[in-house]
Amino acid sequence: MADVLEKKEEAKDLLVDKQPKEPLFSKKNRKLLNDPLNDNNPITVQVLGICSALAITVKLYPALVMSISVLFVMAAGNVIVSLMRNFIPNRIRIIVQLVVVASLVALVDQVLKAFVYDVSKELSVFVGLIITNCIIMGRLEAFALGNSVWRSFLDGIGNAFGYAWILLAVAFFRELLGSGTLFGFQIIPDAWYLANGGFYSNNGFMLLPPMALITVGIIIWVQRARNTKLIEE
Amino acid sequence: MKALHQFIDSNVHPLFKEGSKLEKYWPVYDGFYTFLFTPGHTADGKAHVRDGVDLKRTMNTVITALIPTLLFGMWNVGYHHFNAIGIDATFFEQFLFGAIKVIPMVVVSYGVGLGIEFLFCVIKGHQIEEGYLVSGMLIPLIMPVDLPLWMLALSVAFAVIIGKEVFGGTGMNIFNPALLARAFAFFAYPTYMSGDKVWINTTGTEGMMAVDGFSGATALGEYATTGVSQYSALDAFIGIIPGSVGETSVIAIMLGAGLLLFTGIASWRIMLSAVVGGVVMGLIFNAVAPFALSAEQQAFMAVPFWQQLVMGGFAFGVVYMATDPVSGSQTDTGKYVYGFLIGFLSIMIRVFNPAYPEGVMLAILFMNTMAPLVDHYVIQANIKKREQRLALKTATA
Repeated sequence: MADVLEKKEEAKDLLVDKQPKEPLFSKKNRKLLNDPLNDNNPITVQVLGICSALAITVKLYPALVMSISVLFVMAAGNVIVSLMRNFIPNRIRIIVQLVVVASLVALVDQVLKAFVYDVSKELSVFVGLIITNCIIMGRLEAFALGNSVWRSFLDGIGNAFGYAWILLAVAFFRELLGSGTLFGFQIIPDAWYLANGGFYSNNGFMLLPPMALITVGIIIWVQRARNTKLIEE
Repeated sequence: MKALHQFIDSNVHPLFKEGSKLEKYWPVYDGFYTFLFTPGHTADGKAHVRDGVDLKRTMNTVITALIPTLLFGMWNVGYHHFNAIGIDATFFEQFLFGAIKVIPMVVVSYGVGLGIEFLFCVIKGHQIEEGYLVSGMLIPLIMPVDLPLWMLALSVAFAVIIGKEVFGGTGMNIFNPALLARAFAFFAYPTYMSGDKVWINTTGTEGMMAVDGFSGATALGEYATTGVSQYSALDAFIGIIPGSVGETSVIAIMLGAGLLLFTGIASWRIMLSAVVGGVVMGLIFNAVAPFALSAEQQAFMAVPFWQQLVMGGFAFGVVYMATDPVSGSQTDTGKYVYGFLIGFLSIMIRVFNPAYPEGVMLAILFMNTMAPLVDHYVIQANIKKREQRLALKTATA
């Protein structure tokens, strides 16, 4: 019985856009949030947004700021495009999406410059490049254009978190092993370093982009080994 | 030996065979077994026997070819150590000192590398491959003697896991694993891999540097920074210059090269064309030296081309690394192109970029990437040639 009901629900979902009865965090909506974290991660599974993942993950703090910026742009962009989805002429939809994203990014850029100027300088061109982040355009095009506002919002949040946790994981290893710090605080004791008579030395390779690529690769490896859904035939 | 063989066959074998308790560790057992004895299995299809050499014998030959460089490297480490602190030492003392420094490097390299390899084989249920036997010997030979052992271990782990196992193990790697280990250490710990502090071991001798004009830089390092070197070409040829453990002596390397060429294990095409490539680049530099931008660079460019060939890791890289049958070009014509570009780029990188005096490593890794491309064009050219011949034949017929 429950099966039939669920199927009916799904069928309705395809036909009718708005479903007043559906709870805010129904199973399907939760899936929108959870899926991008693992099974459908924008970085490790769809392999989008790689360039920023390589460029700004040397330190945790810039990675965090970047993640928050992307979270804002993604969520707001999805909501705005979803609100306008019935009025956007199909032929110019990409331009409209670009305008929306570009204005949001300009906003983020100004806020960063006003409040965290140092990080803004460090992120430099990569803030502007959020406009071309494939994850954002991809979600607008694939999801927000065809779904209700609330669902688009959840999808934006979910994908941004999926992006963020990979970014932070990569930055964690790169900063810890490359600089011996986390968020700028020294983790490896001074006495451990070879210069002070210890045995340890920071791994300079971790600061270079190739190692970011390899770190992302290792995360993909671990994920695919653990998640049987992702194993390809 | 026969008794041991029988003992293993009747007592140890049943422990590991299919269905028994230790079945999971069959790869480990099999690896050791075939290392000691000729495998008992025979071909069950139609076999084309061309040579009795299998992968283990090939690897053992290369290791044998490496022994002269290893022994010379041990002595050289000791020689420079006692030279630097100004103590007269006998030949035996020098050798002993070097052996004490170098043998732990070899042990760590094999221990870590084979450990990881065994682990992967047990997890995946593969047969243990012999590929690491050579890499494990090459890695300590291309590292500076003062490199901390844990850095060596980390580089080995990186090379085996990222360089080899992720691609599917021995024979599937796109880069030479030993060079990957060196590249990792070079970029991760540059202060321990280059400069003038790492090539000569002076630990425990602070305050004893009584020797005038002592400099720990390699011949190449001196040329790259000042344009002159205290070491002559003959020094470099014999090998009494500072450098990575096994790379210094061209004589020892030539002994190894002789064995590799005699047994046909290394490709003479690659070796020959790499030397030609180095000579050509050296001659070009000699010709354009008057137009160099700085005095140091001019002096470095003016170094005679034959001296470029005996300095640094050029000879070692060309003989033992460029000829790696897995990561190099496979076609005969491709081997000429591949080798030539390795020699050419090595000399170019070492002269143009003083930050990377060891151009050989980067040149070989770069050409590893390009090898399939070279092969592709060679094969396409061959196909085109044969198509034309066919067209000609049908036209005349």
